[in-house]
Amino acid sequence: MANAPKQQARPAGGRAGMKKELPEHFKAYRHVWVFIEYEHGHVHPVSLELLGEGRKLAEKLDVEVVGVLLGGDKSELEAAATEVYEHGADVLYQVADPMLAHYRNETYTKCLTDLVNTYKPEILLLGATTLGRDLAGSVATTLATGLTADCTELAIDDDRSLAATRPTFGGSLLCTIYTLNFRPQMATVRPRVMAMPKREPGRTGRLIEHPLNMAEEDVVTKVLRFVADRDSNKVQLAFADIVVAGGLGLRSAENFQLVKDLAEVLGAEYGCSRPLVQKGWVPAERQIGQTGKTIRPKLYIAAGISGAIQHRVGVEGADLIVAINSDPNAPIFDFAHLGVVADALEVLPALTRAFAKHLSVNRLAG
Amino acid sequence: MVEQRFDAIVVGAGPSGNAAAYTLAKEGLNVLQLERGEYAGSKNVQGAILYSDALEKLIPSFREDAPLERHVIEQRLWMLDDASYTGMHYRSEEFNEEKPNRYTIIRAQFDKWFSQKVRDAGATVLYETTVKELIRNTSGKVIGVQTDREDGAVMADVVILAEGVNGLVGQRSGLRDELKPDTVALAVKEMHFLPRDVIESRFNLKGDEGVVIEAMGSVTLGMTGTAFLYTNEESISVGIGCLVSDFKETGAKPYELLERFKSHPAIAPLLAGSEVKEYAAHLIPEGGYNAIPSLFGDGWLMVGDAGHFVNAVHREGSNLAMTTGRVAAETVVRLHRMRKEMTKANLAEYQERLEKTFVLKDMRKYRKIPAFLHGNKETLFGLYPRLLSKAAQTWFRVDGLDKKAKEKAIVSSFRQARTLRGMIGDAFKLARAWR
Amino acid sequence: MQIVVCIKQVPDSAQIRVHPVTNTIMRQGVPTIINPYDLFALEEALRLRDKSGGEVTVLSMGPPMAEDSLRKALTFGADRAVLLTDRFFAGSDTLATSFSLSQAIKKIGEVWGAPSIVFTGKQTIDGDTAQVGPGIATRLNLNQLTYVAKIGPIDREGGTIEVERRAEGGVQVLQTKLPVLITMLEGTNEMRRGSLSAALSAAKADVTVWNAADIGIEDVTKCGLRGSPTVVKRVFAPTPREEKAEQLPVGGKSPDEIADTLMNEIFSRHQTIEDDLMNFAAGQ
Repeated sequence: MANAPKQQARPAGGRAGMKKELPEHFKAYRHVWVFIEYEHGHVHPVSLELLGEGRKLAEKLDVEVVGVLLGGDKSELEAAATEVYEHGADVLYQVADPMLAHYRNETYTKCLTDLVNTYKPEILLLGATTLGRDLAGSVATTLATGLTADCTELAIDDDRSLAATRPTFGGSLLCTIYTLNFRPQMATVRPRVMAMPKREPGRTGRLIEHPLNMAEEDVVTKVLRFVADRDSNKVQLAFADIVVAGGLGLRSAENFQLVKDLAEVLGAEYGCSRPLVQKGWVPAERQIGQTGKTIRPKLYIAAGISGAIQHRVGVEGADLIVAINSDPNAPIFDFAHLGVVADALEVLPALTRAFAKHLSVNRLAG
Repeated sequence: MVEQRFDAIVVGAGPSGNAAAYTLAKEGLNVLQLERGEYAGSKNVQGAILYSDALEKLIPSFREDAPLERHVIEQRLWMLDDASYTGMHYRSEEFNEEKPNRYTIIRAQFDKWFSQKVRDAGATVLYETTVKELIRNTSGKVIGVQTDREDGAVMADVVILAEGVNGLVGQRSGLRDELKPDTVALAVKEMHFLPRDVIESRFNLKGDEGVVIEAMGSVTLGMTGTAFLYTNEESISVGIGCLVSDFKETGAKPYELLERFKSHPAIAPLLAGSEVKEYAAHLIPEGGYNAIPSLFGDGWLMVGDAGHFVNAVHREGSNLAMTTGRVAAETVVRLHRMRKEMTKANLAEYQERLEKTFVLKDMRKYRKIPAFLHGNKETLFGLYPRLLSKAAQTWFRVDGLDKKAKEKAIVSSFRQARTLRGMIGDAFKLARAWR
Repeated sequence: MQIVVCIKQVPDSAQIRVHPVTNTIMRQGVPTIINPYDLFALEEALRLRDKSGGEVTVLSMGPPMAEDSLRKALTFGADRAVLLTDRFFAGSDTLATSFSLSQAIKKIGEVWGAPSIVFTGKQTIDGDTAQVGPGIATRLNLNQLTYVAKIGPIDREGGTIEVERRAEGGVQVLQTKLPVLITMLEGTNEMRRGSLSAALSAAKADVTVWNAADIGIEDVTKCGLRGSPTVVKRVFAPTPREEKAEQLPVGGKSPDEIADTLMNEIFSRHQTIEDDLMNFAAGQ
C-alpha cells in the first residue's frame, strides 16, 4: 500500500492502557474466515480479494483460510465453491437452504452467528458492500464483538491480534484498531482495496455443510422482488483497466463530455471527483474516492482534479496515474506518476485525437 | 399565522451586528438577529486583528473565554521592492501587559463565540436566514423585514442593518447607492498552518506573543493597496488587498498578487513548510469618510462595514464595527425606554453620539486620504518604495565610495525619478490629507 | 406514528486539519454540521409525519455543543430534540454507541410513545462505518432496512411496510413488519427549508438533555470507552509518497504535441496498455 504507515505516531489519548486479557473461552477461537458474498449466481469479487488477504493473515497465524458460503440451492453453489477453493480457501462452510436464496438480514445474521458460535473463528472478514455492511453490523452486535469497517490494511501483530488499519475523517488520518478481548475479530474491506489473488485451477478444499435451523414462517421480512439495474453492465468503474476522470478544472458540466470522449476512444470507464457529484454534473455512481469508488486500473488519467485526500485514497492502487492540471501546486502531483501542467480543456481533446489516430493507424497496419 | 414582532431586528452577525444585538438583548429588549450564513463567521474564515477597547466596552471579561490567538507585541511596517524591504519595526515588552491592547483572531471562531454571547444575553438568533428586503408602512417608515423563508415577514420597531460591505438590503431598499469600485478594496487571504514552536522561533516570540507585518510597495504592481501577515497560535494569516477599480484597470488577478507577495524573499522564508488551507476573498470598504452613506432613517440604522466604517490608514475595522453597533443599540435602548418612536428625527441621536466617539473623529481626520492614495498610486506604491530601497542599499553597501558621494548619489536618484517640486508636492498633499 | 431520527454532529470533513506534529485532528475552528447523510433520513421522517400524522423526535449523542445540530433539526420542523450527553459516553465505538442510543430510544418510547420507525443516515462522514444503524436494530429487535432508496406503502393496521432497498446490482423490494430501523440512502429527497415560524420556535425551544443515568444505564462499563470492544492503538497521517510526479515538459508546445508526448510516455511506462488498446481497437 502506498500510504502504508511508516512513522510511529503516539497512541490516541487514554486508550493506550487497554491491555490484552483474552478471556479463557475465547482462546479456542481459531482460523481466518471470509464471508463469501454470493448473489444472483455470482461470487462478489471482493470476497475473492479477501481470500487473498485472509491467506496472508492465516500464514502468519499458522491457521486455515475458511470460506463461508450461504445460498438457496446446493447444486447452484458448486461453481461458487470451486471458485472459493481456487482463490485460496482451505475449508468451506456451506449452508444451502431456499430461505437463503435472497439476502435478508434476518436469515443471514442468524445463520452466520450460528456458524461463528459453532465453529469459533478468530477472524471474520466481510466485504464492505451494501450486503456486507448490513450483515456485519448485525452480526457484531449480536456477538457483542468488535468490528472495524472499511479497512485498508490488515496485519497480525506479535501477540496474534488483528491490527486493522482504516482511514478516518475522510482519509485525513489513518488509525489502527484492535479487538483485544473479544472474538471473532471482525473487519470489513471495500472492493478493490485488496489485490485479487491469483487463481489456482484445480485447487480444492474440505466442504463442511451446516443446516439453517429456521422456518420461513418465523421470518418477518419478505423479498417481494429484485429489480436489476438496467445499466449494471455499463458502470464497472471499480474494475476497469483504464479510467479517465474529470474534476472542477473542467469548469462546466458541458466540458465533462471531453472526459467521456477520451474514455470512449480508450474503451475506458469514466469517473469524477466529489465536487462534480455535489454540483450534479455527474451521477454519484461515477464518483471516485473515499466516499465513492475505489479503483485499481492499469492507467488512471485525472483531468482537472486537484487531488484532495479523499480522492487520493480511492486511486492510489492504480498502476500508472497521469494528472493534467493547470495548477503546478495541485496536490494531485504529489501522488501522480506523470504530471502535465496544462489546461485539461486543451489537453483532453488533443489526447483523444492522439489515441484515436494511433489506434486507427495501427489497426490498418495490423 | 400569528404576526411575529420584536423590539428590534439586527441584520447580520458579524462584529457590528453582534455588538448591536448583544447590547440590545443585555438591556432587556426583545431582539431578533438574522444571519444568512450557516453560523456566525461561516462567511469569514480568515484571520484578523481584534482591538480590545471596543470589545471591552461590551464584554469586559472577554479575555476569559474568547478564542484569541496571540496578543500583538510587535508591528513591522515594510516598504517592498522586488528584492528588498525597507522597514520600521516596533516591539515593546510593554505590550506584554495584563490586558493586552490588540490580538490576532480567527474570525470564524471569534464570531461564533460572540454569537453565543448574543444568544446567552437573550437574543433570538436565526442562521441561514437571508433578509430580502425591508418592509415599510404607507408613510415609508421601516417596520420589519422580509426573509427568504416561508411566511418570512417579521416586524419590529427598528431595523439595524449590519449586513456588511455589500449592503444589498440597503441597496435594494433604496437606502444607499451601489458600491463604487474606487471605494472598496478586494482582499485575498490564506491561512498557513505551522507548528507553534516554528512560528515562535521564526518570529522570535514566546507564549502568546504575536507579530503583525504590514507591507506596501512593488508587490501591488502600482495599485493602491497593502499586504499583511499576522501570526496566530498555530497558523499565519497572509493576504493582500487592492482597490477594485485598480484591479479592473490593470487586469491583475488578486490570487497572482498574493502568490507574488508570498514568494517575496522577505516573506517566503516565514511561510516555508506550511500547509495552506482556506483561501478566501472579501471586500473591504475603503472609501473613508466621504463614502459613508446615510446612517439612519425612519425605522432603521446602519452600522459597521455597511456604513463604510473602516479606517484604511490604520487598518482598523472591527473596532469601528463594534463601536458603531454598540452606539446604535444604545440609541435604540434609550428611545425604547423613553417610549419614543423610532423616527428619523429621533434616531439622528445615533450620528450625534458617533460624532463624539473616535469613530467619526478619525474618519473625518483621514477623509482626504483615500483620494490622495488613489490619485498618487504609481508614485506611492511603486516609485517611493523602489527609491527608498535603492537609497538604503547605497547607504549600507560598503564599496569604497565615500559617504558624501553616497549621499549625493541617493539625492540624485530621488531627483532623477521625481522632481524636487514633485516630492515637495507629494509631502504637502500627504500632510494636508493627514491633518 | 412516532418516529425517531438519530443524527450526529460531525466536523465538516472538507475543512479538517491534521496537526502536522502530533497527528491529531485540530477541531478548534473546524465548523460542525449535521452529518449530511442524516438529513435524508430526517426529511423522509418529516414527510411521513406530514402525510400520516404523529411526531418526529431527533436524537443525538455527543458533547453539549451538539445541541446546535439538534436545534437546526428543529428548524427543519422536527417536533422535539433529545441530546444524550455524559462523560461516560466518551470514546464509544460503534457497539457502545448503538447501546447508548438504544437505551435512549427505549426511554423516548416510555415518555412519548414507542416509535414505529427509527431512522439513521446510511453512515457518517467522520466515521464512515455504517454500523450504528444495524447495531440499534439488533439491540432493539427492530426489523432492519438499510440503504433504503424509497419508502413504499405503510399499512398501519396490518403493521407492515414496503421499501426499496439498494443492493449490489439492483434494488430489492422488501416487505416487513413495523417497528423498523431504516438507514436512508443519499439523494433520496431534498431537505426542506423550515418556515420562519418553525425557525423562530426552534431558536427558543428547549432541547431535552439526558445523561447515562437518565436513560437507565446503571452499569456505565457498557458505554463509552469501557463498553467498546475495539481499541484504537495508533493514529497517524498517511505517509506521503517519496517521489512527486515526473512533470512532462510543456513549455512552448501545442496541446497536440503535448498529447503525443504524453501518449508515448504512457506506452513506455506500462507494459501492457498499448497492447490492450490495440486488442480493444481491433475488436471494435
